[in-house]
Amino acid sequence: MAVTAKNLCKDEFFYGHKACAGCGGSLAVRNALKVLGKNAVAVLPAGCMSAVGFNFPQLCFANNAIISTFAGTSSMLTGIEAGFRRRGITDFTAVGFAGDGGTADIGIQALSGAIDRNDNIIYICYDNEAYMNTGIQKSGLTPFGAKTTTTPAGENIRGNIRPKKNMFEIVAAHDISYAATATVGYMTDFLNKIEMLHIPEKIFMRLHLLLLFLMMVLLMRTLSLKMRKTASKR
Amino acid sequence: MAKKFLSGDEAFAEGIRLVRPEVISAYPITPQTIVVERLSEMVEDKSLDSEFIHVESEHSALSCAMGASAAGVRAFTATSSQGLLYMAECLYYASGGRFPIVMMNANRSTALPWNIYGDQRDSLSQLDSGWIQAYAENAQESLDLALMSYYIAEKREVSTPFMVNLDGFILTHTYEEVDIPTQDQADIFLPKYETDNKLDLDNPKNMAFSAGPEHNYIFKYKEHIGMKNAVSVIGEAEKKFSEIFGRKYSGLIDTYKTEDADYIIITLGSIAGLCRETADKLRKNGNRAGVLRIRYMRPFPAKEITEIVKNAKSVAVLEKDISFGNEGTVFTNVNSALHTEKINVPSYNFIGGLGGRNISASDIEHIYSAMEKGTEKVNFIGIEVEE
Amino acid sequence: MKPYLREKTQFGFHDVPENTCFEAGYLVTKNSGWRSIRPVVEHGKCTGCMQCYLYCPDGVISIENKKAVVDYKFCKGCGICSKICKTGAIEMEAEK
Repeated sequence: MAVTAKNLCKDEFFYGHKACAGCGGSLAVRNALKVLGKNAVAVLPAGCMSAVGFNFPQLCFANNAIISTFAGTSSMLTGIEAGFRRRGITDFTAVGFAGDGGTADIGIQALSGAIDRNDNIIYICYDNEAYMNTGIQKSGLTPFGAKTTTTPAGENIRGNIRPKKNMFEIVAAHDISYAATATVGYMTDFLNKIEMLHIPEKIFMRLHLLLLFLMMVLLMRTLSLKMRKTASKR
Repeated sequence: MAKKFLSGDEAFAEGIRLVRPEVISAYPITPQTIVVERLSEMVEDKSLDSEFIHVESEHSALSCAMGASAAGVRAFTATSSQGLLYMAECLYYASGGRFPIVMMNANRSTALPWNIYGDQRDSLSQLDSGWIQAYAENAQESLDLALMSYYIAEKREVSTPFMVNLDGFILTHTYEEVDIPTQDQADIFLPKYETDNKLDLDNPKNMAFSAGPEHNYIFKYKEHIGMKNAVSVIGEAEKKFSEIFGRKYSGLIDTYKTEDADYIIITLGSIAGLCRETADKLRKNGNRAGVLRIRYMRPFPAKEITEIVKNAKSVAVLEKDISFGNEGTVFTNVNSALHTEKINVPSYNFIGGLGGRNISASDIEHIYSAMEKGTEKVNFIGIEVEE
Repeated sequence: MKPYLREKTQFGFHDVPENTCFEAGYLVTKNSGWRSIRPVVEHGKCTGCMQCYLYCPDGVISIENKKAVVDYKFCKGCGICSKICKTGAIEMEAEK
């Protein structure tokens, strides 16, 4: 059944956070968690969503959540997934939320490794097209021509002169199970793509990635062979 | 118990088989590679039931181990040199998060110039990362430390990650007869890992969070106390270990003929054996030579060292390390201890073995004679500079 | 279920945990001070279509008896709810 506002989980898992008023990234995290439910185990690297969500003792996730190193979202997801599985826990979802810099720049190596391993994890990139937490510096997903604080549009530096990395194609080239793009501007589409990631039976593939571009999201999911078997049994 | 002819790396892998970590994540680097190869073989032949994760870097190796630890299971990783430096960010992260991960580090020189041979600059540069640091001398001690490290790291009042250092090649690749305990003995020694420091579906947790200036300081203080608590837990672990396995260890330091020694070499790692042999040789000529081997650089055995050397005529710190522009880091630590405990014994620093350069018996004899005559504060073994 | 404000807000030496692991969803401060404008729902116009609830980045709007209700303790006054509302039931009014 399609996810709509009416049947969306009423619980709020990301609440009381200190994101800027109207932040699209926080909306993506909030609604993704509402689809994934209380057993989502969220990994957030150093960046906006961890800065606004976890300042002891103000802890804004109702579900299990942990900050990873900036570069280590995917590898920490791998460790958590393996650890829970070794504890005999199966009804959980390991999900990462990283920004464009955390995904396409500093985190791309660990992400590539996780896709290569086909770990049973979900990875959501909320792409706001620059390093926003530190004050709008150019990232690998900053679009062509954009003026940022490190690519001023002047006489000598003419804004960002390179096109945005095609993150979706990079991920697709790994032969990933499922990848999609979405935007919080079309919320129903976004919610239903998250739902696709959530339920292994619906997909025949592995690491799942959703890329959210301003605010689009690149959704990814890998699903290990073991997990595939479990899924087909259910 | 079974006896096998094993290298240091292999002995450590045998120790890890007995520990049975749930998750192993590691990236290959010389001279650590044999450990991860053996562990992979053990997983393949099912003599070890662990999840072996092929990470794409050392940073991810420790990041993944932290994820596993945050999920509440026992985790292991191993690295060396450049790899240790590459994962440096995660070292501080793991200790701050109080994740009792154990890592084997094969001590190896750091680039540039590139070099794969053994010195201790890699791990000594990370003394402040909040990890317990032990330095093994031989293959048997390596295996035994694999078992004891988890006992110590996982103790609730310690909850601190543990780095076991093996001298690259000299220890990692040298074969010795090693006594391998049975799984039953290991299980009696090492309790199952239980922790509250984990993600929990029934009682959800927020972990690895930020803390502002007011609270951050308290977290750091408690981390320091955790490391200090390791001192008594190391003693407790060694007592229990000797009861079950019959082998005794002597805590943070290991001494040889220091009771009446006038001249004591303080060192760490595999070179201690040659120092002991040399001390014996000198003693035949009536020179009262002794050796103090530091087994743990963190927590640092300040009181233990000063208690041993207080009546000596002089001490020399022999180390495979240099803090450029200053002196050897072990020397700095030892001098601080001497000063703090108000022990007025002249101390000298001998730096050698960088990039795997051999330290010979005659080099060590020279150290003893230089201590007797008096020498420069900081000396470089085998470097001759024309004035 | 959602994170909520707790009574205990001060953490001295003994209250600070030994590790960086703490109860999830523990709130000690509100966000109401961020607002310069506040959403006011005119119940006569509200149809309970839930779009404001769906698009609120802070999740502070709930639908009770088919009408939008704002949790002013955590509303930051971004105004997305007002923009998304098809019936014009939400007006942004200046905070006094």
